Amino acid sequence: MHELTPTSYIEHHLAFREMPFLGGMIHLDTVVVSLLLGIVGLWALRLAAVRATAGVPGKWQAAVELLLEFVDDQVKSVFPGDRRFVGPLALTVFVWVLLMNAMDFLPVDIMAWFYEHVLHQEKFRSVPTADVNTTFALALSVFVLMIFYSIKAKGLFGWLHELFCAPFGSHPLLWAFNLLFNIVEYVSKPLSHSLRLYGNMYAGEIIFLLLGMWAATGWVGAILGGLLSTGWAIFHVLIVVLQAFIFMMLTAVYIAMAHEHH
Amino acid sequence: MNIGLTLVSQAVAFFLFVWFAAKFVWPPLMRAIETRQKQMAEGLAAAEKGRVELQQAARRSDEELKGARDRAQEIVAQAEKRAAEIVDEARTVARSEGERLVAGAQAEIDQTVSRARETLRDEVAALAVAGAEQILRREVDRTAHAELLAQLRRDL
Repeated sequence: MHELTPTSYIEHHLAFREMPFLGGMIHLDTVVVSLLLGIVGLWALRLAAVRATAGVPGKWQAAVELLLEFVDDQVKSVFPGDRRFVGPLALTVFVWVLLMNAMDFLPVDIMAWFYEHVLHQEKFRSVPTADVNTTFALALSVFVLMIFYSIKAKGLFGWLHELFCAPFGSHPLLWAFNLLFNIVEYVSKPLSHSLRLYGNMYAGEIIFLLLGMWAATGWVGAILGGLLSTGWAIFHVLIVVLQAFIFMMLTAVYIAMAHEHH
Repeated sequence: MNIGLTLVSQAVAFFLFVWFAAKFVWPPLMRAIETRQKQMAEGLAAAEKGRVELQQAARRSDEELKGARDRAQEIVAQAEKRAAEIVDEARTVARSEGERLVAGAQAEIDQTVSRARETLRDEVAALAVAGAEQILRREVDRTAHAELLAQLRRDL
């Protein structure tokens, strides 16, 4: 164990558990935690789906139905078409991102101790959405779907036509401007989509770390840092849910926009 | 920070999760929700229909009841009228029958009285004749004085 300084503390907490994989490096912590959470979340939803009855629903089924109807209503408000794929997509995004964000509630230092002494991982990060890989993976997946639906709705030619002829007009002189504008738009979508979530979760984690650092200064710091950590965690409930919701809504909005004809 | 394989693995996982949700989570739950919504809509419609039918039935039964009450009153009134008529008729019949009986009795009495009087007259006449015979003895010839005797009997 190296010397404990503020810098080493932060560095230690923000270091990924890297592992060689297929000739490259992979963030084992991000992948394992996110897969685990995705499987747990979908298994919980599947549990309700397996026993789904049109009669009197059980408590869990009722809760899941509430979630489904909430997601479906939100998606319907931006995308009135066939929601058999977009609905589950939004649901998956919401549940998965919510669970990954919620990992931020686990106390940073207790988890570090747990990872080190129980799992024997010196470096391990709890929050997959504070890894830009995760948020970019989600945003780029949505981006791919966006392109796919855009081409599906308008045809390959229609899509290319729009790239060159919208939004300014179809005059040949405007083609370059249109294309430039569309490229900026297409690039900004996944960037803002992923960085918004990443930034929020990363910042949340940093604040927990700073408060944890204050706690290391003595009794006064420990008490005040603990109190503030509690306050921040309570406030963070809002951010965690809100960011998951925003991510889901943007997913639905982008897919809906892909269907629009200009 | 290492962007690359982690991103790809996350994207693959994401598509698998979405596929799973779209195939095994969303359809059964949505089907359950929609079926229940349909059932509830049908139930509410049936309840509404039942309510309207109940109202109609209540109105109909009210009308029936009112009609029956009216008819019953009519029947009672008729019966009372008929009863009064019967009583009147019976009274008239009884009165005339009584009068007839009285008249008959009177006639019989009259007849009996006159018959008694006749008998009495005969008997007095016979007594008178017998008395005269006693007095006159053989001097009275029954055949000779028959007219006289008849005269006597008439006068008595």
